[in-house]
Amino acid sequence: MKSIQFFALTVLAGLAIAAPMRYARARNAASLQRAAAKPCGTVTVAAASDLTYAMNEIAGNFEKATGCTVRLSMGSSGNFLTQIENGAPFDVFFSADVAYPKKLEAEGLAAPGSTYVYAIGKIVLWTRNDSRVDVGKGFSALRDPAVRKIAIANPAHAPYGRAAEEALRHSGVYEALKGRLVLGENISQAAEFVESGNADAGILALSLVVSPAMKDKGRAWNIPENLYAPIEQGAVAVRAAANPQGARQFLDYIKLDATVALLERYGFALAGKKLARGKP
Amino acid sequence: MNWQAIALSLQLAVCVAGILLAVGLPIAYWVTFSQWRWKFLVEAIVALPLVLPPTVLGYYILVGLGPRHFAGRVWQSWFGHTLPFTFGGLLVASVLYSLPFAVQPISAGFEAVDRRLIEASWTLGASRLATFFRVLLPLSSAGAVTGIVLSFAHTIGEFGVVLMVGGNIPGVTRTVSIDIYDQAQAANYDVANRTALALLLFSFLVLATIYGTNRRALSLWRRP
Repeated sequence: MKSIQFFALTVLAGLAIAAPMRYARARNAASLQRAAAKPCGTVTVAAASDLTYAMNEIAGNFEKATGCTVRLSMGSSGNFLTQIENGAPFDVFFSADVAYPKKLEAEGLAAPGSTYVYAIGKIVLWTRNDSRVDVGKGFSALRDPAVRKIAIANPAHAPYGRAAEEALRHSGVYEALKGRLVLGENISQAAEFVESGNADAGILALSLVVSPAMKDKGRAWNIPENLYAPIEQGAVAVRAAANPQGARQFLDYIKLDATVALLERYGFALAGKKLARGKP
Repeated sequence: MNWQAIALSLQLAVCVAGILLAVGLPIAYWVTFSQWRWKFLVEAIVALPLVLPPTVLGYYILVGLGPRHFAGRVWQSWFGHTLPFTFGGLLVASVLYSLPFAVQPISAGFEAVDRRLIEASWTLGASRLATFFRVLLPLSSAGAVTGIVLSFAHTIGEFGVVLMVGGNIPGVTRTVSIDIYDQAQAANYDVANRTALALLLFSFLVLATIYGTNRRALSLWRRP
């Protein structure tokens, strides 16, 4: 017993010593890159998890075009909002909900006037290929008792979750399905729940299900856009950015036609072209 | 404050502590007294959750025991559903995750008992089981209490595994730590703060009570 505790302590002590060293090395590497890269150094980007796949490609293109380095953090918009309000070192923030960048701007934590709606998100009903659920029938397919768990993002703080709940309510099936909902911490986790087969269906971001990682794994039904308020995606330059010039450059890059086309390919509606929205 | 989440966390922690008392005693007994030469392998497995991040356990429960893998399908055919998104799933995950917090103090308590007393009991004709309950356990009760309290407290404070496999269902898998996380994400700092403060005070009270009533108990845990 003593030996195992000694062993555990040794391992822990080793980790405790090694971790800061690794961190220091990483920091060194980053600062070297910053010095070598022209003209804008390292841009640190926080992006909502519906952008997971699109943003990797955009960041890669941006790096090639400018010689800058992009450090990407993917996560839930609500989490990033809280972190930025508390001094997180991000230069640009891509939120799945334009309300968050606007809030940062109102609080004086974002560069004034830098909020930009870069895309409109869409939601789909999705199941795995091996599922018997016929998503083609729309939400009524979910009434089948064989559908035991339906994954959505948490409506309390995730924009895609809010849209999913709204669409279910507008279709009049929310009360019937409420007990079968499981909530992902963000839209990627909701997708993981369905993709791993633990949930039978999910209401996911179109941008995730058209990505190479999920494209061939399941079937999707486009949820009519009149069932939910448009999910306006907003980006903003963080006021306390370590690299304000890089932040501006990256935001400009998002507005280029090529990037807009890429976003469209990943299932986002074009920014600026608001979707026609009728009352259901 | 979300009383439902608090009640759920307490319920989970009580179940975990109960199960770990039942499972932890025989494991600790075996770990302490076995002469098997490969015993250290079992000790390493028991201690694994101290080192592993909760994401590892969460990942294996979600994917390895998911319906796409053999083990998950076997589980499904036995119990009718897979582990994630259920109270049972949280229970399994928490028992595994708190195992060393129960076994190690209990085992340290056993080790501290004078071997001669146990052997005397045997030579006087008491069975191994009777010796266990009437000599060993009473003499090492501090270790058992510590193990149970630590696994209770550790379960109350559990977050990562629950976040990964819980699915955040109110009354089923939305524990108090998840509730605080949700409130913080939704920028409801007041609510988050109240619940967090309540949890902080509760944890302090539990530990203070243990230290106050059972001075030897925690020293067994910290013994090198």
